[in-house]
Amino acid sequence: MAKKVGTEVSFAAAEAIKLANADVIAAYPITPQTHIVEKLSEYVADGDLDAEYICVESEHSAMSACCGSSATGARTFTATAGQGLELMHEVLTIPASSRLPMVAAICNRALSGPLSVWGDHSDMMGVRDTGWVQIVAENGQEVHDLLISAFKIAEHKDVMFPVMVHMDGFHLTHVIESIIIMDQEEVDKFLPPFNYDHKLDPDSPVSVGTYGPPHIYPEIKKAQEVALTNSKETIKKIWKEWGDMFGRHYNPVETYKSDDAETILVTMGSFSETATLAIDKMRAEGKKVGLIRLRLWRPFPFAELRDAAKSADNMVVLDRAISYGGPAGPLCSEIRSAFYQMKKRPQVVSFIGGLGGRDIAPEEFEEMITKGVEIAKNGSENEYEMLGVRE
Amino acid sequence: MFSWKEIPIGAIVTAPGSAKEYRTGDWRSQRPEWDLAKCIKCGLCYIYCPDASIGWKQDDGYPWWDEYHCKGCGICANECWTKAIHMVEETE
Repeated sequence: MAKKVGTEVSFAAAEAIKLANADVIAAYPITPQTHIVEKLSEYVADGDLDAEYICVESEHSAMSACCGSSATGARTFTATAGQGLELMHEVLTIPASSRLPMVAAICNRALSGPLSVWGDHSDMMGVRDTGWVQIVAENGQEVHDLLISAFKIAEHKDVMFPVMVHMDGFHLTHVIESIIIMDQEEVDKFLPPFNYDHKLDPDSPVSVGTYGPPHIYPEIKKAQEVALTNSKETIKKIWKEWGDMFGRHYNPVETYKSDDAETILVTMGSFSETATLAIDKMRAEGKKVGLIRLRLWRPFPFAELRDAAKSADNMVVLDRAISYGGPAGPLCSEIRSAFYQMKKRPQVVSFIGGLGGRDIAPEEFEEMITKGVEIAKNGSENEYEMLGVRE
Repeated sequence: MFSWKEIPIGAIVTAPGSAKEYRTGDWRSQRPEWDLAKCIKCGLCYIYCPDASIGWKQDDGYPWWDEYHCKGCGICANECWTKAIHMVEETE
């Protein structure tokens, strides 16, 4: 039986990888990801997890080892954060185009400089276009559940992509939460063994990651793009299966009191829990406000988002990353694009906050919504507003 | 040519030796020409060719040249010590 325990979210993440019975883990420690890989190396050293733990010399090597491992048909995991993800970047596009399933836990951390180990989404946005499926968790339970289901998504024959599960550094990784840890038997029922049809095998040789000259490159890219877009339906199916089996339901777009909302706040990640407090308070005051939380960042859930926001006149989007010199936060830009061609579309206002681990209190979410509505109505000379920055 | 719908998953290559189908000779701006009267069949051109585009003819022992894969680098002409090979502009 699954049991509810008080545990650090990083440990619940490591436990998920153990339950998924990963074959190969290649990772380099970096704050705030460290506790996940420390725990996993303990599991392997103690014989609790029958896996190969590769102590690599960098994140670049970690991702390279993961590509090789996945190509042999081994269930593969890595984890990193911030600058580590940046160092991994060169290799990240390879498993996506070679369709090598693996799971990476990304413990979102602000990019340097100035040097910061604390959380924001600048690392997540930096790897936006690497071709991975990208899922964002809100709390510890989601981290545990989404990591296990990520293997099923990655390895499904209609997906076959690497999957990132994003969790906010410190706000999630280092907090102790009450989390239902899955039972091995339950996980085994849900997650079939990884069976890769085209794995590297001396008896049936294939070449992976070959040269793509101009006469074939665009066709390969279109095939990759269509496959990633189409993977959304399988992702939904797998989450539904999880919900039917274990009672915790996950969707590409999560909504909170947004059905009849005139103004909808949009968030990603752990700050969404705080935002619900502001929504509750404003609802009690009779204001028609709601919350949309994007869980699936890639492939982007256009239809689900449009449907969830159909009542909205205003959308106020919180980004925890800056697109320097750009139009708005990256999340807001994409939400504006998603609605631009609609006949009835909401005014979409961009706020940037929570950078480098700065907290956002419920009152600030309230202020953001109020100010956002005002900007939606009267306009602003700024492309976006920065939240809580001292003048 | 493949349509995008026919691309194998991950663009993997399932048949060995497929690099042969890619005619790197198309890049060439110069090609080697042999003066067989000077050739002593020493095989240096065969040894030095980085693209394995030179081999032996079974019947007379003189070199043969693979025009579809030779990139025209000129190493064979440089190494041939009897000057039996010289490079000419590829004009066609």
